[in-house]
Amino acid sequence: MMLRRLSALLLGCALLVAPALVLAVDDPSEMLPNPQEEARAEAIGSQLRCLVCQNESIEDSSAGLARDLRRVVREHVAKGESNSQIMAWMVQRYGNFIRLSPPFSLGTLLLWSMPVLALLLGLGIAFFSYRTRRTTPAAPPPLTAEEKARLASLAKNAGQHDTGRPDTDQPDNGHTDKGPSA
Amino acid sequence: MSTPPENMKRRRLLMAAPLAAAAVAGVGFWKMLSGMQRGSFNPHDIHAPVLNRPVPDFSVPDQAPGQGFGAQDLRALTQPVLVNFFASWCIPCLAEMPTLMALKDDLPLWGIAYKDRPENAAGFLKHSGNPFTRLGSDRDGRVGIDWGISGVPETFLIGPGGVIRWHSAAPLDVDTIRGTLMPLLESLKKS
Repeated sequence: MMLRRLSALLLGCALLVAPALVLAVDDPSEMLPNPQEEARAEAIGSQLRCLVCQNESIEDSSAGLARDLRRVVREHVAKGESNSQIMAWMVQRYGNFIRLSPPFSLGTLLLWSMPVLALLLGLGIAFFSYRTRRTTPAAPPPLTAEEKARLASLAKNAGQHDTGRPDTDQPDNGHTDKGPSA
Repeated sequence: MSTPPENMKRRRLLMAAPLAAAAVAGVGFWKMLSGMQRGSFNPHDIHAPVLNRPVPDFSVPDQAPGQGFGAQDLRALTQPVLVNFFASWCIPCLAEMPTLMALKDDLPLWGIAYKDRPENAAGFLKHSGNPFTRLGSDRDGRVGIDWGISGVPETFLIGPGGVIRWHSAAPLDVDTIRGTLMPLLESLKKS
């Protein structure tokens, strides 16, 4: 009795884990008898979009159309067609949209070159900010007479502030940046 | 004092850049959303590569109560025909039927029952009315794949010579027929 319960529990656990291990090929009769051909069919299928649930491959999806397309892929593989031949067959019917990774073309130029462009942009920004940081302190513009006067008054005010009231909560009368020039 | 105006210019430019980017994004989103509302833009649409190509090689056997057809029949056409994939198990197809019944006087409709038992498809047409002059059965869905359909209902407008002129992956409604299909039909008849 106990043993039977234990084995039922183990079987239940195995059934729970099993779906995570396999792809959506839920019917073993779908699979090709030759494991090499089956592996090739799975590789092709994982590059084909299921057009019903658009972000899944036909190998991952359990939609009816995905199952039909899986069968088509396996038939073509069994006939000995190459991967690119099968891909072309699919693209002729469903367009490039069926390919999960779009081919390089004028329309996808921006998409494919984006990582390189982003890297170049980042390097450019880094280079220019590094250069400006290095060159700016080298050439501070000389102060005008007006600015010098304002600086002097500010320094005077700040001096009063620092020495007059070190740590009090009183209203801050001396702390103002309105110099006589303002 | 040559530096402050230069700095101010740069600062203003930097302030304006995010605003300009937000404005461009806003206009883009507005166009997309208004297009979605009008029905001229559908992000889930599958851009059928079959457009302006001859119909694929296929043939569908008879589906009661009609007669089957194939690529030759469509390529021999001199007048436009609407080919509609439907199924008795498909609720949007049922909802589309009154529209097709109203359309059948304007142009011939040819139907293909997609992955459907012949007796179910026949019962469906008995119940909803039969708008089709020719009827074929695509039991295993292979013809549907050759046409590049991703579900039912899907509709194709076949021009003279069997060239696919228009495709809809959504059920036909009065707006689509009046706004898109009829003007297209007029231009096909003229040429």
